[in-house]
Amino acid sequence: MKFTWFNLMPWPYLPDDFREQNRSVWVDIPSKLYDPRKGHFVYHQYMDQLEYAETLGFDGIGCNEHHQNGYGLMPSPNLIAAGLARRTSRAAICVIGNSIAGYNPPIRVAEEFAMLDVISGGRLVAGFPVGTPMDTNFCYGQIPALTRDKYQEAHDMIMKAWAEDEPFAFDGKYNQLRWVNCWPKPIQKPHPPIYIPGGGSIETWDFCLDHDYNYSYLSFYGYVRGKSLLEGYWDRVAKRGKDDSPYRAAFAQIICVADTDAEAEELYAEHCLYFFNRCLHVFPPFADPPGYRTVNTIKYGALSQLRLEAQKLMANLTWKQLVDERFIIAGSPETVRQQLEECIKGLRIGHLFCLLHTGNMPDWKTRHSTKLFAEKVMPHLRNLWPEWEHDDRWWIHPMEDRLHPEELQPGAEKPGQEWPA
Amino acid sequence: MKARTIETKRGARCRVLEAGSGMPLVFFHGAGGLLADNPFLDQLAARYHVFAPELPGYGESTGEELLEDMLDFTLHGWDVVAALGLTKPHLVGHSMGGMITAEMAAIAPGDLDKLVLVAAAGLWIEEHPIPDIFAMLPGQLVELLFQDPVKGMALLTGGADFSDMEVFKAFYLGQQRRLAMAGKILFPIPNRRVSKRLYRVAAAKTLVLWGGADKLIGPAYAERWGRLIPGATVEVVPGAGHMLPYEEPAAFVGAVSRFLG
Repeated sequence: MKFTWFNLMPWPYLPDDFREQNRSVWVDIPSKLYDPRKGHFVYHQYMDQLEYAETLGFDGIGCNEHHQNGYGLMPSPNLIAAGLARRTSRAAICVIGNSIAGYNPPIRVAEEFAMLDVISGGRLVAGFPVGTPMDTNFCYGQIPALTRDKYQEAHDMIMKAWAEDEPFAFDGKYNQLRWVNCWPKPIQKPHPPIYIPGGGSIETWDFCLDHDYNYSYLSFYGYVRGKSLLEGYWDRVAKRGKDDSPYRAAFAQIICVADTDAEAEELYAEHCLYFFNRCLHVFPPFADPPGYRTVNTIKYGALSQLRLEAQKLMANLTWKQLVDERFIIAGSPETVRQQLEECIKGLRIGHLFCLLHTGNMPDWKTRHSTKLFAEKVMPHLRNLWPEWEHDDRWWIHPMEDRLHPEELQPGAEKPGQEWPA
Repeated sequence: MKARTIETKRGARCRVLEAGSGMPLVFFHGAGGLLADNPFLDQLAARYHVFAPELPGYGESTGEELLEDMLDFTLHGWDVVAALGLTKPHLVGHSMGGMITAEMAAIAPGDLDKLVLVAAAGLWIEEHPIPDIFAMLPGQLVELLFQDPVKGMALLTGGADFSDMEVFKAFYLGQQRRLAMAGKILFPIPNRRVSKRLYRVAAAKTLVLWGGADKLIGPAYAERWGRLIPGATVEVVPGAGHMLPYEEPAAFVGAVSRFLG
C-alpha cells in the first residue's frame, strides 16, 4: 500500500451561520470572508503539515486545484508543490492535479509539471482532472458540453510535448501552437505517473485504461458509497483484459485517529461537521451545469455528489451518521485499522489519499491524528497486497543522487564549486 | 400543426412543425426549446406558411455533436432553410433563436425577406448583466422567464407531473440535453460578437420586439439592438416578459404581422 497525506486546505474561518447566510461555498462565496493576513498563517500551517507527514513516513504528500471557494485554497497547487519540493526530499509530491481543460495554452501544465519533477528530483505524481464544474465551467468559463473534448485535446498536447524530442506543430481545435518544444522535460521517463481523479464519470474509466493511468476516485462519502462505482471500474478493467493490480486505483478517505473511539468524537466531531456542513455547501446548479456530464453518465445513475440527496443529508448531519455510514473513518487506531482494511480490500485500491486534516481542525489535533495513524495504523496496512508488492507502475521513480534541499543552509555552499558534470 | 423530420446537408435530423400557407416564415426557438403549448404558431399560420424547426439536441432532433460554435449554429439555420426548400423566408428568432437569426441575417443578408428579433440573446451590456441561466434552480428560472410563474412552470414542463420520479428523470435528461446544446453559444456569457457583424443586416427589414418587463434580457437590450442596426424598428410590448410569444400570443402575432405585412 502507498499512503499519501493530502490536505484540501479549507478556509478555517467560515462563520457558524455560513449555511444560512450564503448559498454556496464555491463560485460566488463572498470574498470578504477571506482575510489575507490570516491566510498567511493558514498556508504555512497547511504546508508545514504536509512536510511533517513526510517525516512520519508517508509515501506521498498531496494537493489539488480549486477556484473561488472556501473549500480548498489552492487555485495553483503547483505553487504549493514547489514549496514542498524545496522542503522535502523523499515523499512523492502528488498534484492531483491541474484541471487541464482550463489552461490556455495547456503547454503551461507540461512546463510547470516538468519543473516540479526536476526540482523535486523526479518525485512528481501528475494528476489531470477534468475539474469540478464549479471550477472548470463556472469559475474558468469553459463550455460544459465541450469540456471533455477540450480536456482530451489538452491531454494529448501535454503528453506529446513530454514525449517528443523535436519541436512540433500542434493543430488542435481549441489550441494551435506552431512551435511546441517543452523545456524543461520531466526527469521521470517516459513521464511521471499519471493520475486521473474521477468524480463518477464512466467515460473516465476507459480513458484511464486506454493509457494505463491510475484512476483516483475522490469522494467524501466514504467507501460504502464508493463501492458500486469502483466495482464498475474493476468490471471495466476485466472486460478490457487488463491485470487487476490494485495500484491502478486510488481512493480518498477522511480519517481521524485518537486514542479511543470516544476521544475521536470529542476531538474531531466539530471539525468534520464543519467540513460537511460548510465546506461542501454548494449551490446545486453550480455542481451540475447541463453538458458537463454525458447522458451516459447521468443514466448510469451516478447523480452528482453534491445534488439532491447529498444536500439534504448534509443539512442535519451528526457525528454518529458520519461514522456509522462510513463517510469518515474515525476512532481508536484499532477501529481505524479494521475499517480501513475493509475499505482497501473492498475497493481494491493500492493508493490511499489520507485526509487527516478536515475542515477547521487545528494544527495540534491534525498532528495528533496524523502521528497516531503513521505509528499505529499505517504499519499494519502496509502489506495488504503482497502479490503486487513490486508493482511500481503507478509510483514515482526519483533520481538516486537527488539533492536534499531541506538540509541545505543558504550561504553554506562550498567555495569555488562548479556545475555538476 | 403537422410535424415532419428533415435532414440537413451536414447530416442533422430535425423535427419541423409546419402549418399555413403564403409567405414562408421560419421561427427559431429559444434555449428551452419549442414548448408544447404554442398557440402563436397557429395564429401566425393564419397569415404565413409557418415552419418551426427544433435544433439538434431538442426533442426528437439529433446531430448535436455536429454543431459546436456560433458559425456551426448559423450555417445550420441556413441548412434548415435549404432543406425545407424555401427561398427568402421571413426569419423570426426568439431569445437564443434571435441570436441565431441575427447571425444568419449578417452572414447572408440577401437570403431572407424580413427579420424579427424577439427578446434576442447575443449582446452583453455591462450595466445590465443577463442572469446566468445555467446557475439557476428551476423555480428561479421560471420567475425570470414568465410574468405568471405558475402558468409558466406548466408551460415549461408541458404540465408534467414531477411527483412521478420517472417523469421527472425524463424531463431532467431532456433539459440537460437542451441546455448542453444551448451552452455552446450561451455559456458563460451569451455574446459571440454578432454586434460587429450587424452592419450587414438590413435595417429597413428588421423588427426588434421586446417585452417591456423582460426580467431575463431587459428592455435595455432592445434599445441596444436598435442602435446596432440603425433604422431598425423597435417595438416594446408593455408589461410583457421574456416569454412574450407564449404569454402574450395576440400581442406578439399582432406586432409581427403589422411589420411583415
